[in-house]
Amino acid sequence: MPKLTLEELARIREKTKRLTTIREGGEYRAKVCVHMGTCGIAAGARNIMNSLMKELEERALSDVLLTTSGCAGLCSREPMATVEITGQAPVKYVDLDEKKIREIFEKHVLGGQIVTAYALGIGSEKTDF
Amino acid sequence: MTEVAKEKAFRVHLMICAGTACVSNHSFEVKEALEKEIKRLGLDNEVLVVATGCNGFCERGPLLVVQPGNIFYQQLTVKDVPHLVEEHLLKGRPVKKLMYTPPKEKTPIPVLSDIDFFRKQVLIALRNRGLIDPEKVDEYIARDGYAAMGKALTQMTPDKIISEITISGLRGRGGAGFPTGLKWQMVRNAVSANGGAKYLICNGDEGDPGAFMDRSILEADPHSVIEGMVIGAKAVGATQGFVYVRNEYPLAIKRMTIALEQARAYGLLGQDILGTGFDFDIKIVRGAGAFVCGEETALIASVEGRLGEPRTRPPYPAQSGLWGQPTGINNVETWANVPAIIHRGAKWYAAIGTPTSKGTKVFSLVGKINNTGLVEVPMGITLREIIYDIGGGIPGGKAFKAVQTGGPSGGCIPKEQLDLPIDYESLTQAGSMMGSGGMVVMDEDTCMVDVARYFLSFTQDESCGKCTPCREGTKAMLDILTRITEGKGTEEDLTLLDDMAHAVKDSALCGLGKTAPNPVLTTMRYFLNEYETHIRDKKCPAHVCRQLNVYSIDEERCLNKGKGCDLCRRNCASDAIRGAKNEAHRIDPSKCIKCGVCFDVCNFGAVKVD
Repeated sequence: MPKLTLEELARIREKTKRLTTIREGGEYRAKVCVHMGTCGIAAGARNIMNSLMKELEERALSDVLLTTSGCAGLCSREPMATVEITGQAPVKYVDLDEKKIREIFEKHVLGGQIVTAYALGIGSEKTDF
Repeated sequence: MTEVAKEKAFRVHLMICAGTACVSNHSFEVKEALEKEIKRLGLDNEVLVVATGCNGFCERGPLLVVQPGNIFYQQLTVKDVPHLVEEHLLKGRPVKKLMYTPPKEKTPIPVLSDIDFFRKQVLIALRNRGLIDPEKVDEYIARDGYAAMGKALTQMTPDKIISEITISGLRGRGGAGFPTGLKWQMVRNAVSANGGAKYLICNGDEGDPGAFMDRSILEADPHSVIEGMVIGAKAVGATQGFVYVRNEYPLAIKRMTIALEQARAYGLLGQDILGTGFDFDIKIVRGAGAFVCGEETALIASVEGRLGEPRTRPPYPAQSGLWGQPTGINNVETWANVPAIIHRGAKWYAAIGTPTSKGTKVFSLVGKINNTGLVEVPMGITLREIIYDIGGGIPGGKAFKAVQTGGPSGGCIPKEQLDLPIDYESLTQAGSMMGSGGMVVMDEDTCMVDVARYFLSFTQDESCGKCTPCREGTKAMLDILTRITEGKGTEEDLTLLDDMAHAVKDSALCGLGKTAPNPVLTTMRYFLNEYETHIRDKKCPAHVCRQLNVYSIDEERCLNKGKGCDLCRRNCASDAIRGAKNEAHRIDPSKCIKCGVCFDVCNFGAVKVD
């Protein structure tokens, strides 16, 4: 390993901080949830998740949260994902593939524009729980 | 998986506790099971498993915190892993049954920061606990590690560093509470003999029964100690440091060894640190586990390879220490505080705590307490807050009786003083001391005479024997205490014990002897009635001192409830019980050796103890 200078120390700090910042419980700009019920996985949710992971890495983002959930109840329209920009209503996307999710990531997660062509609707279901 | 962690991002980090307590509860097996299951479900590209240092909530180990979300899982077993991974990590449904439910409550608390045990804690010395892998220097750096060192080496003069530490109000966390800035100033001002070097020592010879603060810091965040020592080295002009750790702490030694290697490889230690031209290196010295080596002059003798015995002071180590050279010696926790103070500023640190005791203190909370573990709290917090709010109170609905602070050199504080705000002075006034931070909670079933006897037997055993007051005094005191617990004590013994305790306190050579009488003096001060009951009535109110117990059988209960089950007679080793099945049993006091087995085995509550 090379001997560090102050500048190199700062670089390591920034790089590692980006990778470990999700441990700190800070604020997030956006949350993307991939529905990972049996139906979702069978329809290809894993590829959706992998594409999102790649987006995060390539763009070195640390303020986008990537989570999973179970079946959303609309098995025929899987794979599905929900995008929630902090402070705004969540948007559900259906019938996804790798190309679509990358487009959604770029336009909605990064750009803040809902991709209406793939969207099912806006808002959460009402629960009595 | 860990190999790629340096560059790769993961959406979930599983922070599994790998402190000694959780490791003993098989946390490494749980970690392996997690990695296997994650791989099986194809999640190894998304989920990272990180082994951290001690999380603190040792009572509930093995522990796992899922980030993001701060979801706290406890008492995990390998069996729980498949369900946990599938539900939480694949389907995004946190598993309630593996979460923590406080005693007397029914609903589990999912988020770590909502749990009382963690809520009142303020982490400075333990700032990285559970957040980093202690075996990866990059993760320490990510949490602003070595930033303070960079600042100290490039922007601060030695005098500025010392004044910053002085203003912060930091005092030695090893027990005596000597102001750290003043100590450093003494080392800086001291002139090395024959133009020799100056040294720094980190005292990790943690020996108090039930104390594990230093071990946990060394295991969870070894770089914080290294960084603190480099800053100290610049301040006092030292070139070589030593970390003295007991050999009973293999995990701490391992993690410190790795940390030193990584720091050296990065040029954060050794020659020309960070390209600033400053040289300083650190070696580990393993102690053989002698309690007296926690005393600084004995520790120095041990580092030099001599018999671990203390010597008279002055000269203090700051003037003439290791190999006769000026030596700055501080406790593990003190060193771990230093980078935080330099990084965030003395004023920030001095704003926490009480007028005389600044910052926080780490305590290991053990004994009769619901939440055994390691806690860091601001100075000035009350004993009640630590024991009831953080510690969750006394198990089994028992009443609190006393808390022993400061280890075997400390004293027992009774319930009347539960609202005592904790700082160096208040604990000393109460007859105890801060010590290194052991906190042993005792309930109504504890006999205070027996407690005094136990701690004294510890110090008597660990006394090095160099000075007469400690060698002979502790032995004589122990003899008296043993006599009292056996029902052979006299009224004069109390006066003798008190005289002896003061004599040893006043005349012993080192801290071990000077403080050894503390448990005796405080229990006599607060629980004199228990001593008197032992002596006058030949009774132990808590029924701990066996020789004072009188066992008998409630014959009516034995016959009516137990139908003379005969279990006690069959288990009696001294043939002291008479009776047969379907008959009432009876104990012959002349044969009874008071072992208590009959009391333990009786299923009908027919055996009585008085």
